[in-house]
Amino acid sequence: MIPRFLPQGQRLWVFMGCLFFLAFPFSLSMYTQYVLFLVNMTAIGVIGAVGLNILTGYTGMISMGQAAFMGVGAYTVAILGTQASALPVAFNLLAAGFISMIVGIVAGMPSLRLKGFYLAMATLAAQFLLEYLFKNWEGLTKGVAGISVAPPIIFGVHMNDDRLFYFIAVPLAVIAVIATKNLFRTNVGRSFIAIRDRDIAAGLMGINVLKYRLLSFAISSFFAGLAGGLWCYYMTIINPEAFQLATSIDYIAMIIIGGMGTILGSVYGAIFVTLLPEVIQRTMELLQPFLQTDYTFAAFKQIVFGFFIVLFLIYEPRGLAEIIPRMGRRVQLWVTARHPK
Amino acid sequence: MNKISLEIRDGLLFSLIGPHGAGKTSLVNCISKFYRPTDGRILFKGRDITQLKPHEVVRCGISRTFQNIELFKEMTVLDNIKLGRHIHLHAGPLSGMLYLGKASREERELEAFLDREILAFLDLSSIRDRVVCTLPYGVQKRVDLARALASKPAFLILDEPVAGMNREDSRDMIERVLQIKKAWGLTVFLIEHDMEVVMSISDRIAVLNFGEKIAEGTVFEVQQNPEVIRIYLGHA
Amino acid sequence: MTLFFNALIAGIATGSIYSLIAIGLVLIYKSSRVINFAQGSMVMVGAFLAYAFVVQMHLPILLSLSLALLVSAVIGVLIERLALRYLTAVPLISILMVTLGISIIMEGGVLAIWGSSNFTFPSLFPAFSVSVAGIQISSAYLWSFGLSMIFLCLFHLFFKHSDLGLAMRAAADNQKVSIALGISPRRVLALTWAISAAIATVGGILLASISSLHISLGTIGLTVFPVVILGGLDSIAGAVVGGLVVGVIEQLSGVYIAPLVGGAFQQVAAFVFLLIVLLVKPYGLFGTEEIERL
Repeated sequence: MIPRFLPQGQRLWVFMGCLFFLAFPFSLSMYTQYVLFLVNMTAIGVIGAVGLNILTGYTGMISMGQAAFMGVGAYTVAILGTQASALPVAFNLLAAGFISMIVGIVAGMPSLRLKGFYLAMATLAAQFLLEYLFKNWEGLTKGVAGISVAPPIIFGVHMNDDRLFYFIAVPLAVIAVIATKNLFRTNVGRSFIAIRDRDIAAGLMGINVLKYRLLSFAISSFFAGLAGGLWCYYMTIINPEAFQLATSIDYIAMIIIGGMGTILGSVYGAIFVTLLPEVIQRTMELLQPFLQTDYTFAAFKQIVFGFFIVLFLIYEPRGLAEIIPRMGRRVQLWVTARHPK
Repeated sequence: MNKISLEIRDGLLFSLIGPHGAGKTSLVNCISKFYRPTDGRILFKGRDITQLKPHEVVRCGISRTFQNIELFKEMTVLDNIKLGRHIHLHAGPLSGMLYLGKASREERELEAFLDREILAFLDLSSIRDRVVCTLPYGVQKRVDLARALASKPAFLILDEPVAGMNREDSRDMIERVLQIKKAWGLTVFLIEHDMEVVMSISDRIAVLNFGEKIAEGTVFEVQQNPEVIRIYLGHA
Repeated sequence: MTLFFNALIAGIATGSIYSLIAIGLVLIYKSSRVINFAQGSMVMVGAFLAYAFVVQMHLPILLSLSLALLVSAVIGVLIERLALRYLTAVPLISILMVTLGISIIMEGGVLAIWGSSNFTFPSLFPAFSVSVAGIQISSAYLWSFGLSMIFLCLFHLFFKHSDLGLAMRAAADNQKVSIALGISPRRVLALTWAISAAIATVGGILLASISSLHISLGTIGLTVFPVVILGGLDSIAGAVVGGLVVGVIEQLSGVYIAPLVGGAFQQVAAFVFLLIVLLVKPYGLFGTEEIERL
């Protein structure tokens, strides 16, 4: 029997999914490493994006500090991972989540009094302040040079081995997604949405709005910290560069492009934003003979990314979570029209 | 508002009437702590609730509906009503995420309770999974009532429950309110413009004008009060 | 003490530039409730435009500056026409991300054309040196302060006395009434964006003249947010005061706090200050509190 934790009534799909998950890393012959790398980065992105969606998409509080919270998790793992006495990976990852959660709650304190733009500005300030600490608290973070972590050895391979990491990161991402899905089947999740839709009425329902706002910050930054911790293990070296405002904006873009306030949206968005630069890079490589300057790739990537954000907001504000089912229905219609029974 | 003193006895249907801008909704907002009175006290079952926060008031057993339907428009009917029962739910986020044990049991009990006590009674079972903003106004009013009832309050405040409804719907609504009042032994505090409704169902009535109470008593007493007649004829 | 006064003067000079940039943000907010996160990038693009005309095309300085203002005004109008016009009555996050998206596009554009190197911005204004009570004041600071003040006064006169300025104020106050009076809100909005982009360019040129020209000027442009929160999103006078306060705080913390805590603390000082302001006074010092009703 499938425990209630998992989606009900779709046992066949769950079983097929598991099989595919197990077979996937062994089915790729040529590009194994590259493909697995992208899958792993996406899995990390999914965890971070789900976390941000809980806060921004579901509770309605804009956070411009997701990257900094990830950074807190990454630095936690880096600092614990370079200690003489090796701690278990699971412990370090949990610690990353919890430390980031504490920082998230502190950063979310202004939400006790602020909403909307003013709260967004407070999180922007938190982002800049944490960036500054990453760079300048040299005793702890080793400054701009960063910290390199020797990846722990599990089952005889280094943890950052693409295939092994796949078997750690992808299940964690799936767990994060299902756990979030469950959260919104229960009272806590409903209260978040109520606060987003109309916080005054939520208060009159007996919801302690301030407490739930902080709770949302806590859960969201726990996920961010977990994602950051995984990132650190995978990259094995971290420095402040990776956790700047631009990364926070990437995460907001994920939930916008994917679909705010939908869990699948966080997944679609994470896939989209992680893969977009790769797609652009491959295209650029094909076009290489016609291009000259060195900057073009980075610049072109930015321009396309920016256009996607703007276009989605203007034409598809509900994101991929709405486009994909719609396209599915269209295909279905087209098929039934072609093959009438 | 100025020096209004009201005493509402258990089990009565107490109505508050008065012209627009008389301060009726403000009074309710003071009870539910959306406004903070500058002076005076609010007692409920002998307990001073003047200093409570909005979210604590519901826990005392007071719940309310809203004049401008403050439903959560993007959510389903069922989820809206479930939120009305927030104060009786205790599963934390972790148990919710795992959806094992407490959270899932609580959720099933919640649905069973609502199905049994609320949805069927208010004729909402067939639309329980519809998103609220797609429903017509009258139905939304009913959902609002359902949400207020979900916490199983002892004291129910109805802020213009039949405003904007046609005669038939409004009679239906009142009928249901009276039924549930009887079944649950509720005390109801009704704010309404529709005189016919008020006069036909109230046990006691208070009249407010420009933030001051000008009359209180039984239906008959209020109907005879010269000041009330003056105001209402003046406005008619 | 000399140290203090030097920092104070530098703070007032940069602060007056911040005020100028912040006014652009306030103008757009007042006329359409849009918070323009691309203002920082506009500052950067404007400075690069001026650089292109003066250094790369060798045009005369006055012509270059006019061209830079003109081109940036066109960019401002285009942003409104092509993107923000389609977003009315949308949640804050849509506005935030659309303007951030535009800002990403502009940064990408600058990166493609000029790359990420540091450029020495030409000295556009004649250099001289003044010393007051034994303290040397660099002419770049004086020019920045003077020009900012001139522009601020021009704005003041424009809004108080010119027909167009009055029309813009009317449109910002009440769109329905202004339509009834025959003022086209679209034209007014386009003009607002043009003016806002043009003053961002002035700010960019002045900032680049004080320090140097680099793509990170866009991030420095984000300092307008502490400024407008301090001054209130809808108050021009507040923007001026906020700009000066933030400029001075940055410079003083660079001198007095940065040595204690290490690193370039002055870069985050404005945001630390912002956090404190928000916690003490949630809607800024001059902002209007939003009142909610049931």
